[in-house]
Amino acid sequence: MANYNLQINGKQMEVDVDEDTPLLWVLRDHLGLVGTKYACGIAQCGACTVHVNGEPTFSCVKPISDVANEKITTIEGLSKDGDHPVQKAWDEVDVAQCGYCQAGQIMSAAALLKKNPKPSLDEIDEGMNRNICRCGTYHKIREAVALAAKTK
Amino acid sequence: MADITKTNRRDFLKIAATATGGLLIGFYWSSCDSPKVKVLSIEEVLNKAHNFNSFLSISPDGDIVIYSPNPELGQNIKTSFPMVVAEELDADWSKVRVLQAPLDTDKFDRQLTGGSGAMPHSWERLRKAGATAKYLLLAAAAKQLDVDQATLTAEKSVVIHKSSGKKLTYGELVEAASALQAPEEVLLKDPKDFTLIGTPVRNVDNKDIVTGKPLFGLDFYREGMMHAMIQRPPFGKKIKSVDDSEAKAVKGVTDVIQYDNFVAIVGKSTWPLIKAKRRLKVTYEADGNVESTADHDRIMKELLDSRDARVMRSDGEVDKAFASAAKVITSEYQCPFLPHAPMEPMNFFAHVKGEEVELIGPTQTPDAARMQTAALLGIPKENVTVDITRLGGGFGRRLRADYVIDAVEVSKRINAPVKVTWTREDDMIGGAYRPAVRYRFSAALDEGGNMIGYKLRGVGLNAGNSVRQDNFPSGAVPNVLIENINYDSTVTTNAWRAPITNFLAYAEQSFLDEVALAVDKDPVKFRLDLLEKAKSSPVGAVNYDVDRMIGVIKDAAERSNWGKDNNVKQGFSVYFSHRSYVAQVANIEMVNGQPFLKKIIASTDCGIVVNPTGANHQVRGGIVDGMGHAMFGNLVFEDGSPKQKNFDTYRLIRMKEVPDIDVNYIDSGFEPTGLGEPALPPTGGAIANAIFAATGKRLRSQPFIEQKEFSDLNLQMFRS
Repeated sequence: MANYNLQINGKQMEVDVDEDTPLLWVLRDHLGLVGTKYACGIAQCGACTVHVNGEPTFSCVKPISDVANEKITTIEGLSKDGDHPVQKAWDEVDVAQCGYCQAGQIMSAAALLKKNPKPSLDEIDEGMNRNICRCGTYHKIREAVALAAKTK
Repeated sequence: MADITKTNRRDFLKIAATATGGLLIGFYWSSCDSPKVKVLSIEEVLNKAHNFNSFLSISPDGDIVIYSPNPELGQNIKTSFPMVVAEELDADWSKVRVLQAPLDTDKFDRQLTGGSGAMPHSWERLRKAGATAKYLLLAAAAKQLDVDQATLTAEKSVVIHKSSGKKLTYGELVEAASALQAPEEVLLKDPKDFTLIGTPVRNVDNKDIVTGKPLFGLDFYREGMMHAMIQRPPFGKKIKSVDDSEAKAVKGVTDVIQYDNFVAIVGKSTWPLIKAKRRLKVTYEADGNVESTADHDRIMKELLDSRDARVMRSDGEVDKAFASAAKVITSEYQCPFLPHAPMEPMNFFAHVKGEEVELIGPTQTPDAARMQTAALLGIPKENVTVDITRLGGGFGRRLRADYVIDAVEVSKRINAPVKVTWTREDDMIGGAYRPAVRYRFSAALDEGGNMIGYKLRGVGLNAGNSVRQDNFPSGAVPNVLIENINYDSTVTTNAWRAPITNFLAYAEQSFLDEVALAVDKDPVKFRLDLLEKAKSSPVGAVNYDVDRMIGVIKDAAERSNWGKDNNVKQGFSVYFSHRSYVAQVANIEMVNGQPFLKKIIASTDCGIVVNPTGANHQVRGGIVDGMGHAMFGNLVFEDGSPKQKNFDTYRLIRMKEVPDIDVNYIDSGFEPTGLGEPALPPTGGAIANAIFAATGKRLRSQPFIEQKEFSDLNLQMFRS
């Protein structure tokens, strides 16, 4: 076990966990930030996507020892009141079915738009292809990313 | 008839507390920022509210709480059900709060999610719940204003007396109204007067979903709760030996417990359990048939020739028809087992406290969870409470309570509250799968190309009845023989979104395409001609409405410009399931010399569309689901266990692979039927038929990408 100082959603947090503990489980089990989801555990589906220094990152395979002192943002910290343009677009377009993958989708979309504020539909598809939605909300995801790009 | 009973206030609040307590504790425990705007919590509203019936409660401030009894897994029931109540109530939707009800079989019927049956089952009950409350509010207003109740109307939670211009809000009337006796009978609206039903209403949980609030079972937390994971055996095997020394040595693991054929690892958080599970050494030995996919293939092929088929339907004289036929066409179709693979893995919270049990989590059948728990522990079912969280997908997997029982077994043994979580690998290998099935279809055709005989024989591995004998084309063919053979496999199966029809529809609609083309008939006209026969000279009883099926076929053909553009190769498919009718056309265009699956056009008759945004989700989602699994879904068994253990080898459809989807609804005026499943069955057939039209290659088994015919197609699915 070791102590790690973490910068999560603009706050300093401290946890005492094994160094190989994935960021995902530190967030969920130790810090109560359960918006970041577990679905595959092997970096295949994107449900666990968070930002590490602004980069979309699969937290399920990111050992905590790799991200100590890095700037981490989770869905809970993407905006103060759920009013990030991507979150607003997700509500406006009514993207979610079951909703389980959507936090990861939103984090991927927010990172995509930060890098490429006016993506084409093909660029949206390319950027969002690493996130699986088992309910098949892909058309709405595409629409919401495009709307967020417009309203940003 | 709806049983709208007056419940006393104390009972109501008790239920409200059960419903919200656990989950809201989880919510406030989280360290996320609370919203700035002060909105009354549901408890605060309920503290002041008057309840009218099982579904509905209104506070003097005008806040309306509507209970949604059925589990929400993405089918939109938590939004659509309250819409129906609010419609008849003439409620101001912006003042409506929706609360997931806990399991309560005294108050609610059919508290389950499955079979696309919730809306047709509850439609009238929900309307009566809203209409009864509205009647009482109007009656209270009539008294207060001293006017005839018939002169009053209501709109957006306000009662209006037109001639005097006087208005009273529901909040002002609620105290007096809730003291009145509910009427025996109540008048429901004419559907043409609906103002909320038929309008797009956003998911009531959107705000919580987009901000990552704890909604799902896996998000549930309780102080002092333990975590557990279970090691389960391959199919057909039992435990021979367990070496848990390395697993126990993992920091954070508190217990390793063997029971029955399982080994439970218990600890204070999730990651040590995953680590320990990798270090747990369990050996197994055969305890029944240890099967492989090669066994399954052989068994299904052999059984197709078995003499022991069960006759499910027999019309006319089939042997005679086939003997006299000018042409006979026979084809076989096969599909593999498939996991449900919802994004949220199986999990449940259980706290066994002596003779009482508290259960919280994602389940499609809370009552089954309760009954199985009560049976396991030998306690009355009344001693078991079930709170239902939001479900991160279900697709039928959570109709089974095996993972609930896991939590009960562990809690009982460690004498503490516990949440059992399955890893993705557990979910893939410990599934209750869509059954593997093989079909043989035969058609007898006369000189004029008329289908005079039709035979279908289905062999399913733990499929129950793998045929749907009273569905189309039964009724349209004079001589029919439909038979079923079920094989008892050691691989467990369960309902999988659109059970049986998720594959049968593809096979049947592909076969009908083969038959139509063999006699040079247009596939759409071929189906319409059959349906005309089912209408003019029906053979035996059928389960479908001929006119409604014709309606969706004609609409899909018209909107897809069927057969009119030589540059677009099209495939047609139509299927009736779960009381709804869906026709689909798949369009393939040649791009740079390669076939490109560009678009799917769907026409649906599900009666009244309650929430268009929810309906579009179900139709598009069903098509994406149907396409993804037809294309990619494969589970290969070896030594009693699937080779595909996670999403690196089990391929799910992704963003870049979905075609455009165009949806339309037939305004048939029928009462609403469910949509969670009916859009899925036709998709595989539409795509396979389009592939045939474009390439001349007939895909007779799923997944398509594994078929040898597919390998040289160069089918382009990516949009870019």
